[in-house]
Amino acid sequence: MKYRLQDVASVIRSKNAGPYELCFDVIFIDEEFYQRAKSAAIITKENFAHLYGIGIDQILNLVYFDPAKAIKITIERPISSGALGEKDVYGAQQHRPLIQFEFTLQE
Amino acid sequence: MLEELRILSPTAILGYGFPLASFEKGMAKKPHVIAMDAGSTDPGPYYLGSGISFTDNRAVKRDLEIMIPAAQEAKIPLIIGSAGGAGGKSHVDLTLGLIREIIQEKQLSALKIAIINSEISPVFLLKAYREGKIHPLNADNKVTETLIKESSAIVGQMGEGPFIEALNHHADIILAGRAYDPSVFAALAIKEGFDKGLALHLGKILECAAIAALPGSGSDSMLGILRKDHFDVEPLAENRVCTTLSVAAHTLYEKSDPYHLPGPGGELDLTACEFKQLDARRVRVSGTKFIPTKKYFIKLEGARKIGYRTIAIAGVTDPIMIANIDSILIGVKERVFDNFQDSNFQEFYLNFNVYGKNGIALLPEISSDQVLPDEIGIVIEAVAATEEEASAICSFARSTALHFGYEGRISTAGNLAFPFSPSDANMGEVYEFSIYHLLEVESEVALFPIQYVIIGEME
Repeated sequence: MKYRLQDVASVIRSKNAGPYELCFDVIFIDEEFYQRAKSAAIITKENFAHLYGIGIDQILNLVYFDPAKAIKITIERPISSGALGEKDVYGAQQHRPLIQFEFTLQE
Repeated sequence: MLEELRILSPTAILGYGFPLASFEKGMAKKPHVIAMDAGSTDPGPYYLGSGISFTDNRAVKRDLEIMIPAAQEAKIPLIIGSAGGAGGKSHVDLTLGLIREIIQEKQLSALKIAIINSEISPVFLLKAYREGKIHPLNADNKVTETLIKESSAIVGQMGEGPFIEALNHHADIILAGRAYDPSVFAALAIKEGFDKGLALHLGKILECAAIAALPGSGSDSMLGILRKDHFDVEPLAENRVCTTLSVAAHTLYEKSDPYHLPGPGGELDLTACEFKQLDARRVRVSGTKFIPTKKYFIKLEGARKIGYRTIAIAGVTDPIMIANIDSILIGVKERVFDNFQDSNFQEFYLNFNVYGKNGIALLPEISSDQVLPDEIGIVIEAVAATEEEASAICSFARSTALHFGYEGRISTAGNLAFPFSPSDANMGEVYEFSIYHLLEVESEVALFPIQYVIIGEME
């Protein structure tokens, strides 16, 4: 069945993790669904890199964190926070591709 | 050894405020220490570089006016880390000035204040650099002697060491420059012999006060109770609760890896960490371990000035122009660079950020099929070596864009809608992060010297 990430997550957010990294958190609403999503690896380095149009080597970390029913992805910031070319000093509005992300899970 | 240690975190950042009722409820639980973090690198490099605080003085004073007398009456220390936001010397001085005002205005009896400096001199850093003691946090991020020399301020993120030293000297208020956020909360507990891993993890949760509760808030208080093999957290406002999820989720926040949280001297290992719901409002955490590194590393943060910025804000609604906006702005830019190529201007930066068309995304993203927006907003930005040059470039770019004769143009009166007159605004100095590295140190206490002052009426 096809799902939209925004329908199964209670939190989808982006934020700086220090001036040189951006991190993304997806927190699922439901424990059982989180476990299914984790087993199916709905978000991988490959599809995350594709979603954001970046190279896999820019992804520093991708981890499923059970205590928070969450997926966390950390990437290199294309520029350091506040450098020339900045559009989002806090990095807090980089989550749209995740909000729009759709995936399929076997029933 | 104490059976339990209670730590009150009134607010996420000094100056963000908190309800008096929550704070008083926290004080009624007889905390052993009031602690808070006052800073962050989040607002960008400007505040560290310029020495200006990103919190407003009046808001900071309001919070301190409540906490200082309360701590004095309860005879417990008040600990403030990352003063003034960035934790540079001018930020610490600014906060010290407010503390002095409050003690004098309220005619409080004498208080011993420990002031811990976190600004590190370029001379010291150049020596450390030549000795190979400055290490990059990522491969692309190379430090050079020039970067060290050109930085207007470089601070180190202190761990709990200097706080413990100040507590041993019976300071009533500890006012520190840049500090690793959790260390402010954990220092007294570590000094009293509690487990360092648990103390720092509790500090990690308390540093944002009630953000780890539901509903989350950075301007409300939280209480942490640390015992031998676990800690409990509870929000102090009646309408908030802590759940295992809200507390665990906060462990994720702003960190690269939720299982391994690096800090001064080592990392928190959360792989065996357990979160347990105690009752409707409280959560118990256990199993966190502190794994020391072989050498002691302190994180450095530096900012350097790169010029001055002038901006202009404009809107466009013409559909022909919007359809061709990318090529039009390239044409405008070429015209501007051509115009100033023979001037004596130094190298400058000109940018058009188009809101409504990739104005926010930092990454390329896979764009969905987009219909053209009815309106777009353009921020014209010029950064140059002097304010005059930045203003001249912005002004010329603005007027060029206003009258630019692009192909297919039928609206010939002017291409831009300006919301303001004057249309251009000087934004002042521009900084960028210059140093974000690890410094290998022998002694944390020696790196961050402490000065003691007594302020207030002697009894």
